[in-house]
Amino acid sequence: MIAELGLAALWLAAALALLQLVCGVMVVRRDDAALASVIRPLAVVQGALAALAFGALLLCFARFDLSVKLVAMNSRDAQPLIFQIAGTWGNHEGSMLMWVTIMSLAGALIALIERRVPERTMIATLATQAFVGLGFYAFLLIASNPFERLDPPAQQGLGLNPALQDIGLAYHPPTLYFGYVGLSVAFSFAVGALITRQVTPAFARAMRPWVLGAWIFLTLGITAGSYWAYYELGWGGWWFWDPTENASLMPWLAATALLHSVSVLAARDALRTWTIMLGVVAFSMSMVGTFLVRSGILTSVHAFAIDPERGAFILGLLALYVGSALVLFALRAGTVAEGERFAVTSREGALVVNNVVLCALLAIVLVGTLYPLVTEAYGVRVSVGPPYFTPVSALFFLPMLVVLAVGPLLRWRRDSLERIQRPLVLFFAIAVIALAGVWFNSSIGFLPLVGMALAAMLAVASFAPAQGRNLRRLPLAVWGMMIAHFGIAVALFGMAADSAFTVEKLVAAKEGDTVEIGPWLATLKTVEPVAGPNWTALEATLAVSYEGEPGKALRPQQRSFWAPAQKTSESALLTRWNGQLYTVLGDQAEDGRWQLRLWWKPFVTWIWYGGILIGLGGLLALIGRVGNDLKRRHAQVRIARRKRTAE
Amino acid sequence: MTRWKLWLPLVLFAGFCALVAWPLIRPPSTDVHSQLIGKPLPQFALKPANSTLPGIATADFRDGKPRLLNVFASWCVPCAAEAPQLGELQRQGVEIVGIDLRDHPEDLAQFLQQNGNPFARIGADDIGAVQLGIGSSGVPETFVIDGKGVIRYQHIGDIRAEDVPMLLGKLKDAEA
Repeated sequence: MIAELGLAALWLAAALALLQLVCGVMVVRRDDAALASVIRPLAVVQGALAALAFGALLLCFARFDLSVKLVAMNSRDAQPLIFQIAGTWGNHEGSMLMWVTIMSLAGALIALIERRVPERTMIATLATQAFVGLGFYAFLLIASNPFERLDPPAQQGLGLNPALQDIGLAYHPPTLYFGYVGLSVAFSFAVGALITRQVTPAFARAMRPWVLGAWIFLTLGITAGSYWAYYELGWGGWWFWDPTENASLMPWLAATALLHSVSVLAARDALRTWTIMLGVVAFSMSMVGTFLVRSGILTSVHAFAIDPERGAFILGLLALYVGSALVLFALRAGTVAEGERFAVTSREGALVVNNVVLCALLAIVLVGTLYPLVTEAYGVRVSVGPPYFTPVSALFFLPMLVVLAVGPLLRWRRDSLERIQRPLVLFFAIAVIALAGVWFNSSIGFLPLVGMALAAMLAVASFAPAQGRNLRRLPLAVWGMMIAHFGIAVALFGMAADSAFTVEKLVAAKEGDTVEIGPWLATLKTVEPVAGPNWTALEATLAVSYEGEPGKALRPQQRSFWAPAQKTSESALLTRWNGQLYTVLGDQAEDGRWQLRLWWKPFVTWIWYGGILIGLGGLLALIGRVGNDLKRRHAQVRIARRKRTAE
Repeated sequence: MTRWKLWLPLVLFAGFCALVAWPLIRPPSTDVHSQLIGKPLPQFALKPANSTLPGIATADFRDGKPRLLNVFASWCVPCAAEAPQLGELQRQGVEIVGIDLRDHPEDLAQFLQQNGNPFARIGADDIGAVQLGIGSSGVPETFVIDGKGVIRYQHIGDIRAEDVPMLLGKLKDAEA
């Protein structure tokens, strides 16, 4: 019954989306006040119905209803409840439903609160939102119905993929989807503004919180995803330039560029068409990412995982949305009035450099990710990995950091470098001192060396905009910017330190053996079987001590799940402020010794601390911006009321 | 900005779509070109995996008769799924030699009892060394070995009913 209710709600939501699109198009073509007044309520009800459908699916999973095919395929009663519920979005159908639900809720929210943008642009925006949503509804209802029944019901569920039975799954996909959906709203705004040709600072201010929100979620999603891969996959690496990771990095790069250009548009009414273009690009990157991951065309080593039908559907949607937006762009962008002009040496100028470099990075990642497809067409199989991505992206990323240090000190419109001579000299001195300091004390590679020097410079430079200002009166958005930029310095330091100073050891040890790794001593005490709720494992107990400090115990495992049968290796980590000890238990050799893999990774955790700081900076900026908007609206309401009483 | 430049993003996007659409419409290639095809089997000897059948060694493959070499394990679900096809091949007179990967004798006995035993010999590969040596990376995998002990074909994944004639054909080719 619950499943049927969910399916009915989904059909209704789809029908309302269609109505919203048709009414929207009619209003935009020929003003009709009566029709215009139904569009906002339509968006709200559509959001509520989608939420109802998703709630129904959640309930099916929570109650472990084996007559629903999706539950039977992806869940098992021996699983802890949190994974039972996370199973809802740990599969294709459920995650698509989650996406469309978040998207319609976002549409409902803008329909409820957004009043700054001219009504006609707003209606075009909501119509675009419905257009995008409709594709996903069709996808769900035609090709991947999450509520499909099994008759007779299954006796036992198949279980969630063990690699996904981790707390990471509970928050990682939702986080990314919030990000993608935020970008879909930005896309709708961009298309809406293009339709009515009203690309104004008010439009930028309406779009900004969505871009900022999306960007925060993407930042945190990537940070969490990177940490998840780091401890779950047991390879000791934190970024593999794997297509799945690139799929989440590309929208982040585009969103970062968009975030900065939308600020220019909001503050200075410049970069109009460029911001529109980025709005389209950012959303297309989130769909390209979804397509690459879901279609499996890039992970063709495992031909079993390919699902060309679904891939074709997503590609069709992508071509439809982005193709039509780009046609609209080509036809309309020339007729959007040119924005304000500015000098090269100005805040806008620095932000344009930032935008160009971010787009170059985006192109580098996209080309590297797609290159294997190009060569495969000629019958050659290649895989593109760190040897391409790391140096080529560093080539652009590291110089951008210099602009990042200087840009926030420049004034809008026109400025000169002489005016900010003193901080520039200071930054340069810090970079040189750090470079020399690291150079003389260690023998590390070129990239980590430059990375560390720039990290030191940026750590100071990121707070330079606060210099000479009253800290209490500094707007929250400026604090947000400073903290996010500081987070980049912290993360960069972590990356450089990890690649320069990591010590790795692979040993075969018997019980009682002691291994030295960096400043650590690790003794293999025992290897014993242990059992969990739905797995059994061999667990090693390692006594580890740091430079003679009292020891601690680490327990890496080789875990065997029985539903479905699969082995995973569970690493054990010990975190200190200055790094992490990472241990993995391998197989037993014939002579009874155990393979142990150990890493000492100095400052590696700073990568993720940096990521969290970047997200926190975004959050502060968002609170600051939304707070300002609310204040402004209150003031407007008060003025309007006073006018009325005066009359 | 000149007019034509505004169409550039659309052109690039169309290029992207064409590039990614190609692997979607192209029929998926099922051949795996192993580096070891055409090479002789590496030297190895595996102890018997259970008490009833002999183990295997490289020399067993050099008696002039083509065979199938099947990498399997009792804990591997697709291996159970391909068992009827292996049985069919055996009925058609094919000699099948098994490499039992990281297994226990009692589990293997149960597996053979449940799914039938198409194997003439089974060697136990407890650490996966031989599996890696012959260029296999998973279970199940099936190799066609000719009468001189040379690897002629590698089939990755379970043998489906429609693969049986193809494998018989490969064995016939290996005779020549």
